[in-house]
Amino acid sequence: MLTAMEKKRLEKKARQLREHIVEVTFTCGGTHIGGALSQHDILVALYYKLMKIDPKQPDWEDRDRFVLSKGHGGVGHAVVLGDLGFFDAALLDDFNKTGSPFGMHLDRLKVPGVDASTGSLGHGLPLALGMAMGAKLQGRSWHTYCIVGDGECHEGSIWEAAMAAGHYKATNLTVFVDKNRLSLDGPTKDVMNIDPLDGKFEAFGWRVITIDGHDFDSICKAVEDSHAEEERPVVIIANTTKGRGVDFMEGQTAWHYGGLDAEMRDKALASIRRTG
Amino acid sequence: MAKAQGLTWTIDDADHMTQAEIYGEVLTNLGLEDERIVALTADLAGSTKIGKFQKKIPERFFNLGIAEANMIAIASGMAATGLIPVVSTFAVFASLRAAEFVRTDICYQKRNVKIIATHSGTSFGQSGTTHHCTEDLAVMRALSGITVIAPADSFETARAVKAGIEHDGPVYIRIGRGFEPPLHESLDFDYQIGKALRMRDGTDITVIACGVPVLHAVEAADRAKEQGVSVRVLDMHTLKPLDEEAVLEAVMDTRRIITVEDHNVIGGLGSAVSDVIAKSGKGCAVRKLGFQDEFSIVGYPEDLLHRYGLDADGIMGAISDVLKQDFETDEDWEDEI
Repeated sequence: MLTAMEKKRLEKKARQLREHIVEVTFTCGGTHIGGALSQHDILVALYYKLMKIDPKQPDWEDRDRFVLSKGHGGVGHAVVLGDLGFFDAALLDDFNKTGSPFGMHLDRLKVPGVDASTGSLGHGLPLALGMAMGAKLQGRSWHTYCIVGDGECHEGSIWEAAMAAGHYKATNLTVFVDKNRLSLDGPTKDVMNIDPLDGKFEAFGWRVITIDGHDFDSICKAVEDSHAEEERPVVIIANTTKGRGVDFMEGQTAWHYGGLDAEMRDKALASIRRTG
Repeated sequence: MAKAQGLTWTIDDADHMTQAEIYGEVLTNLGLEDERIVALTADLAGSTKIGKFQKKIPERFFNLGIAEANMIAIASGMAATGLIPVVSTFAVFASLRAAEFVRTDICYQKRNVKIIATHSGTSFGQSGTTHHCTEDLAVMRALSGITVIAPADSFETARAVKAGIEHDGPVYIRIGRGFEPPLHESLDFDYQIGKALRMRDGTDITVIACGVPVLHAVEAADRAKEQGVSVRVLDMHTLKPLDEEAVLEAVMDTRRIITVEDHNVIGGLGSAVSDVIAKSGKGCAVRKLGFQDEFSIVGYPEDLLHRYGLDADGIMGAISDVLKQDFETDEDWEDEI
């Protein structure tokens, strides 16, 4: 469980990095900012509290693994890795620029700390499962974490992997679904309904924990519970808000992807600061 | 009962094992020596013979069910932990259904995964066109960073599997259903990824083949020899990286080249060889034998090879045609760049 001070620290870090996501989006011309902000608190909890990592040794063999299956959230992941010192955060000024190591979807061979190159949806979950199965086979104690988008659950390969994870009882894998309820074309319930998501995962042999994906106590408690599970892989369905923290983006399909001018950036930063 | 001696292993009764069984045996032996090797299949352990590995090393065998894309991504994830995954399914599923996963999860991420694609070409001809695969070489050649191998028989497959596992990086090995006649007599021959085998020497024309057609090319060369025609035969078992030197030698020495493959003529061996010839700036008559941008009819593999002109008869016919082909030559060959 989080102490009050730890919670405050995570909330402060989350705000600081939300601001950084806005700054990078302003500088680079456009990112998948809506989804980056919805997954953000989960990422912050993982990287600043839960995962065993060492920014000085990105390839440390015993580190926990992380796969951002919804790879378009790469801007959020990059901001976290830069802040932790996996690379010089100043490099993010070149995000999206020609020849930069950072495109919208991060490349594991170019960005230290990235365990899998993602972006094509439906790949990250089976990649993470392969890492978890590899760890189990070799008796390694590290854990694998993965964030999947709810729209991403339209992909059939997510369910192929879900079936395999249940079959092979991948208890060393914890998956979050960033359920912001919006995909590129609109509400997932209209584009292609994925509910009931919990029932689907349960039917595939998973334990399902449903939480508020912006509450650090809930995120940390759910991960703790997932580690205690001995029979089934665990999926944490995190109810989130697309564009979280920026009032004019929250719940707006249009902010799946977008750019910001100086005025919008200032409004976005002011909005984030108000939440603190 | 013949024993086939490998570098570190022996295959009993190699004469009576199918191509697929021999690869299964070799893979199992390699797996017993190296515990990083894991085997994966998508409900085709029996058909692909990777099931031999399963019997001996069940703890390192994973059946992913009928879900090929998932299998490829899981293999990539396992490779990320230091394992050497060998996945096996039918060529049509490995190269087409799971194509984007091979591209993005294995090639783009440079993961050390080996794909053994069975039932390629029309080797499972009677199964129908859904199970033929005459496009995989084109797809795999277009993926950056993967080694593409098409062995001619079981012995070559055994050598390719071993060499492929020793190679650090993605490898695609394309084999047949496993009942193909042998080209070699044993495992004892020089084998190197990216180095063509000269099966027959000749000066009038060169036949460059991969897979089962190599055997037919050899037969055609022997028949042609009786008619006074000197045919060079290259077993181009590796399509990528291609042995460009062997192709250029053939251009310079014979000026006439026929390629033969159990594959569409678009994007496969014929295209790879033609690229080299085009780049050379040399005059050369080229004929590409294969499926002329059409799907094969249903039938037994040997009947199909005959029908589409990929057996010794068909190759003989092509040799005769290409030898008659006139060149629009310059006055002086020496002028060539």
